[in-house]
Amino acid sequence: MQSVQGQGARPKVSPLNDPKVRGVVFQVILTIAIVFLFYTAISNAVENLAKAKIASGFGFWNNIAGFAIGQKLISYTDSSTYGRAFWVGLLNTLLVAALGIILATILGFLIGIGRLSTNKIVNWMSTVYVELIRNTPLLLQLLFWYNAVLKALPEVRDSARFGESIFLNNRGLFVPEPVFGNAWSLVNWAMLLGVGGAIGYRFWAHRRQEATGLQSPVLLVSLALILVLPLIAYLIAGQPLTFNYPAATRFNIGGGWQIYPEFAALLVGLTIYTAAFIAEVVRAGIQSVYKGQTEAAYALGLRPGPTLRLVTIPQAMRVIIPPLTSQYLNLTKNSSLAVAVGYPDLVQIFTGTVLNQTGQAVEVVAITMLVYLTISLTTSVLMNWYNARKALVER
Amino acid sequence: MSMADNTDAALGEGPGGTIAFVRNTPVEAMPPPTSMVGIVGWARANLFSSPLNIALTIFGVLMAAWILPPIFKFMFVDAVWTGENRESCINKEGQAPVGACWAFIRDRFAYTIYGSFPVEGRWRANIFFLLTAVSVFWALHPKAPQKGWGMLFAFVFTPLASYGLLSGANPLAFLSGPVWFLTGQGGVGISAFWFAVLFGTIYFVATNLGVEGKRALTMAGAGVAASVLFGLIFDRIWSTIGLSQVETARWGGLLVTLVVAAVGIVVSLPIGILLALGRRSQMPLVKFFSVMFIEFVRGVPLITVLFMANTMLPLFLPESWSPDKLLRALVGIAMFASAYMAEVVRSGLQALPKGQYEGAMAMGLNYSQMMRLIVLPQALKVAIPNIVNTYIGLLKDTSLLLIVGIFDFLKAIETARIDPTWAAPTTSATGYLYAAIVYFIMCYGMARYARNMERRLAVADKR
Repeated sequence: MQSVQGQGARPKVSPLNDPKVRGVVFQVILTIAIVFLFYTAISNAVENLAKAKIASGFGFWNNIAGFAIGQKLISYTDSSTYGRAFWVGLLNTLLVAALGIILATILGFLIGIGRLSTNKIVNWMSTVYVELIRNTPLLLQLLFWYNAVLKALPEVRDSARFGESIFLNNRGLFVPEPVFGNAWSLVNWAMLLGVGGAIGYRFWAHRRQEATGLQSPVLLVSLALILVLPLIAYLIAGQPLTFNYPAATRFNIGGGWQIYPEFAALLVGLTIYTAAFIAEVVRAGIQSVYKGQTEAAYALGLRPGPTLRLVTIPQAMRVIIPPLTSQYLNLTKNSSLAVAVGYPDLVQIFTGTVLNQTGQAVEVVAITMLVYLTISLTTSVLMNWYNARKALVER
Repeated sequence: MSMADNTDAALGEGPGGTIAFVRNTPVEAMPPPTSMVGIVGWARANLFSSPLNIALTIFGVLMAAWILPPIFKFMFVDAVWTGENRESCINKEGQAPVGACWAFIRDRFAYTIYGSFPVEGRWRANIFFLLTAVSVFWALHPKAPQKGWGMLFAFVFTPLASYGLLSGANPLAFLSGPVWFLTGQGGVGISAFWFAVLFGTIYFVATNLGVEGKRALTMAGAGVAASVLFGLIFDRIWSTIGLSQVETARWGGLLVTLVVAAVGIVVSLPIGILLALGRRSQMPLVKFFSVMFIEFVRGVPLITVLFMANTMLPLFLPESWSPDKLLRALVGIAMFASAYMAEVVRSGLQALPKGQYEGAMAMGLNYSQMMRLIVLPQALKVAIPNIVNTYIGLLKDTSLLLIVGIFDFLKAIETARIDPTWAAPTTSATGYLYAAIVYFIMCYGMARYARNMERRLAVADKR
């Protein structure tokens, strides 16, 4: 009875035992400790930098870099600035990441489906692939591709030759370089028009099917629009495409397009490694779709193809997309292992060469980390948005 | 009636049935057609069930025929098993090109395991390997007895003993910290700080085990005194044993890889748990700091974290500390692994129904009791497979240490393969093959363990 009477007034407790007070005190102590830690670190850094006579600040950005970079997407010379070198590195990172993502997705989906195949040989081969690749370090694989495979290719003078003008040696793969004439823009416009037309047609066909139930040959018409339109434009414009063929000179190969072994090793390594992880993601996604869904689709009279396309895959994608995105992020972050094979990506150029030349560790590492952080955080924001949109709506 | 009798007889009722040509037992099932059983049946079902399947089988067989024989030939048939130097592994006129140069691995095997660890001290590294193996089995094997002691062995004894063995320094030197100002090892300030740390730790543990106010204080005081005394005595014993000091720059090979992985494993779990709890905490600032740390570390590549630890850590610390190179890398790896571990633990915490928390609170447990006795045991159990997967990632990631100049297993192989003594066409490939086999055995073992645990846990949930 007493406890009932005492309901109005809370029992008195010492503030030491009040969870609210404790929480506040704990947070204050934690904040002070972290601020103190940062303060000491920064003051130590200032002192140490002053002692080592290292400049601070981002003034170095506009200084002349003075080192050469092998592979570049934008013009860069010895007399370019560190800032320019940064952009070269960033673009190289994005290039290898983008190509890697595309190739790893294709390979990963194939192997992931192979893991579920009823064909024992395909099943077994996919399993061996996934287990072997996932259980050895990426760096080891990269070094293997670069040092044991690509560097073991023949010297320039004994280049392997495919057809008239494709050369393969330990300096890379040399292929004809396309040179676009002035009239090429017509082809670009035609292609744009074709893609736009295909999207429009698909939209129209969808509306028509919903209204009347009649289906249209979307794939054929789209292909025709996307391929035939540019082809016609190409012919009208007078075939404005020529090739700059590589040619073997005495000691080197001139002209053409050079695919560097560093780039190839990194791309192959990242693709093969990430594909193994994507395969597991795909497998888990497809397995997550309840079997009754397929059976129900068959019961409704759908054939296996449309069942896969209209019933299984849309539901599997909901499970696949989030881990798939994190695999894409992993691939992008792992592209920083370029430094081990000498591919000039952001990390190799910036935390490698630029850091050594300027000695400004804090600024250089901070810029590099910021770039990756931006990529990661942007992706996770987009991902959360996508998840919110696609999440299963339950009662 | 006679009609009924006839029917009964016709149906063959009982052994006394009158009509001989009616069976009274069911016909034995016929064996399945030979094309449906045995190897033929298996192949029909699994390899040739449809045109697509047949095409896939042909494709698979062709692929295997294209890939496997050359690998087998390289690894065994054309391989060189014995030899003193590169002479035995170079291509000779009129002979098939050499395959794997296993003689190279045999020659450099010890180097890839110990690096430049002094030859006379290798038994110390061997004991470390043994302790690690025992810890792994004791702490992880589902049927091992005395799990609690196993955890203590793996997370306290093995790290301390290994540190003492490998470096030669007294691993318990911190116990006598409160009297360092007497022996001249440090100032009064550091001694007082250590006193506070030891006292606080013992007090915290005692109160959590349910010891009340004053007794806990006395216990902490006595504990500090005892540990100082023990520390001083142990210091004496340690110096009479007199292990030679081996600086970390001389550690190398698989030894370093395992040391770094073990430190990462031991450190990342507790820090990861704290960060995960912090992220789910109701205190806004604690949550904020945890989220910042986790998202920051997970958003950047490991290599930049290692660069940061390698180049920036010395800047942030007073010049006199100048941390050891291996220690810097360890800090980087531990930070990285902790952030990933935090997310794994968090997913385990999220899988727990809310009723468990509410039940614990209704029982009157305080926060640490609730977490220690109710929440964490269940959450961690759910998270075991993912924790082990994080450990696999950690083990693979240790190979990145070679980029910041630590002499790990992969670096040992890199150094050995470019050594002119063994420069031959297949040396590199052999070295990488060997490295791949070693990493694969370790990682695949862990992966199998994780899968086993997953299956066990699934059985427990099915009841």
